[in-house]
Amino acid sequence: MTADRPEDIGVSTAARWQLSVERVGDDAALVHLTGSWKLEDRLPDPEGVAQQLPPGRPIRRLAFDAQGITAWDTGLLAYVSKLHEWAAGKSIEADLAGLPEGIQRLLRLAAAVPRRQTGATAARLSWLARVGTAAVATWQAAQGTVTFVGEVALALAALLRGRARFQGSELAIQIQACGSQALPIVTLISFLVGIILAFIGAIQLRQFGAQIYVADLVGIAMAQEMGALMTAIIMSGRSGAAFAAQIGTMQVNEEVDALQTMGLSPVEFLVLPRLLALMLMIPFLTVYADLLGILGGAFVGIGWLGLTPTQYFNETKSALTLGYFAMGLFKGEVFGVLVALAGCLRGIQCGRSSAAVGLAVTSAVVTGIVCIVCSDAILTVIYHVLGF
Amino acid sequence: MSSASSGSLDVPRIAVADLTMAYGSFVIQRDLNFTIRRGEIFIIMGGSGCGKSTLLRSLIGLMQPTRGDIRYDGVSFTAAGLDARERTLRRFGVLYQKGALWTSMTLAENVALPLKEFTDLTPAQIREVASLKLALVGLAGFEEFYPSEISGGMQKRAALARAMALDPDILFFDEPSAGLDPVSSRRMDDLILELRDSLGATVVVVTHELPSLFAIGDSAVYLDVETRTMIAQGNPRTLRDTATDPKVHAFLTRGELAATAG
Repeated sequence: MTADRPEDIGVSTAARWQLSVERVGDDAALVHLTGSWKLEDRLPDPEGVAQQLPPGRPIRRLAFDAQGITAWDTGLLAYVSKLHEWAAGKSIEADLAGLPEGIQRLLRLAAAVPRRQTGATAARLSWLARVGTAAVATWQAAQGTVTFVGEVALALAALLRGRARFQGSELAIQIQACGSQALPIVTLISFLVGIILAFIGAIQLRQFGAQIYVADLVGIAMAQEMGALMTAIIMSGRSGAAFAAQIGTMQVNEEVDALQTMGLSPVEFLVLPRLLALMLMIPFLTVYADLLGILGGAFVGIGWLGLTPTQYFNETKSALTLGYFAMGLFKGEVFGVLVALAGCLRGIQCGRSSAAVGLAVTSAVVTGIVCIVCSDAILTVIYHVLGF
Repeated sequence: MSSASSGSLDVPRIAVADLTMAYGSFVIQRDLNFTIRRGEIFIIMGGSGCGKSTLLRSLIGLMQPTRGDIRYDGVSFTAAGLDARERTLRRFGVLYQKGALWTSMTLAENVALPLKEFTDLTPAQIREVASLKLALVGLAGFEEFYPSEISGGMQKRAALARAMALDPDILFFDEPSAGLDPVSSRRMDDLILELRDSLGATVVVVTHELPSLFAIGDSAVYLDVETRTMIAQGNPRTLRDTATDPKVHAFLTRGELAATAG
């Protein structure tokens, strides 16, 4: 018999295979396979053989007749393999001799190495055990972070004693990457932030006719807070991510191991130049961002509020003191260290696969931004308490 | 695969004519001419840096040759349009030197990806076929493992299972035994032979492992690094005994005879 197809073979549109089961002798069945048995032929479910078995005494043996097969591929292999399994489950003995030579060989090959009982799908843990596992993992991550910070501190100490080993050229490359190459994006973002601050302030201040104070607002906000904050967030997305990706890829290629076995500390060799580059460059970028933000504010003040450039300049000058810049610079420096550490830490901790590099980069940026915002909150409170 | 292969039987499976490959003006290999019959295990051999892998990359379309033609079943691959090219590519299975398994997927998912993309099988059927392919390379039960969790030899075999996912007519191997211990390397050879015999696939192997190329090779070309072209062609064992070119002879005998003679 055939499965859901017209009797006329010549105009067959659906299945191109044919299957029939015939009873041979007392307890044996012969499975006839003809036509094309390929993956794309929508092959039948092997269980179907059971329904086609002629009624009578239970079958004990199964034989195949594959003379009529015109073409086959993995489809037939999968079909026979599953049928074989099903037969074994019913303690029916399957005789494969009638199948194409290639199929017999492949089935033997597939059975040559017994299925390994891996227990990959372990029993689901109770919630208590999961909480415990998570706690242990968190503790280990915290230990890893503390160890890393300690190693960096030791490397910095070695640097001060002039004993740290890293390549000057690497430092130069990183300085270029963290410094001048970041200028365009810092320019754009800080100018726009200046404009946004000015607009928000202007709408309120205009109600009192005090739009001149937009200059104070933008100047102080940029110098004390926004310049450092925006620069740090840009650097987290740019340099922090790049650090994690570079070191993580080196981890995947065993390059970090190669450094270690040569007696070169990865922390000195890879982390120090990146940390130093960011520490050196972020103050410049912060001041640059402050000035660009003030320029953005001036753009709104002059273009929309009708202030003259001299008015705006004088007002800004009288509002700002060096103290504001110093507060911003200190924050920027702290953010820079945190961003560099987060990026390098995630790179060093990276696993050995390409997916792990992606995770390391994501984690570096997230860690960086969380660190920036948390430390910003803490520093702001400290500044307030100290009465700056 | 086994019975209904396209093209008539006397057309070679792969024909390479006047092939020249170059990076810019730097010629890697020039004037290569050879044919590969269906069902044959063909070895591309030669010293390090002679352009074996570049030839392989040209054969599988990763690199456009500078001059010459590569024909599969008599149809030009080099000059093929996008559609024809893709159809030909679908008939290839490639085992890369380091396996090149996708590390973010389990072994089963690695094998299943081409099936999912290029066949209309149901998810259950795909799972079955993937398990079956893994069983063929001796990795039954490793479906849920990630590539990073298994050994290098197992990664290579898993990569072979992925290469075989779509029942390719032609299997390409880039240094199949590189990085494997002698026993695993031998197993890989046996596996290649067994797959060729049972699937009837044509196999192209890039290697410089002598035991392996004598064990499995039906035919071979030797690419020379100095003259930048092929200087010998034939069955590797016959070449070992009859090659007149000292370089080919030294390569196939690990330089032992040359050393004693000189």
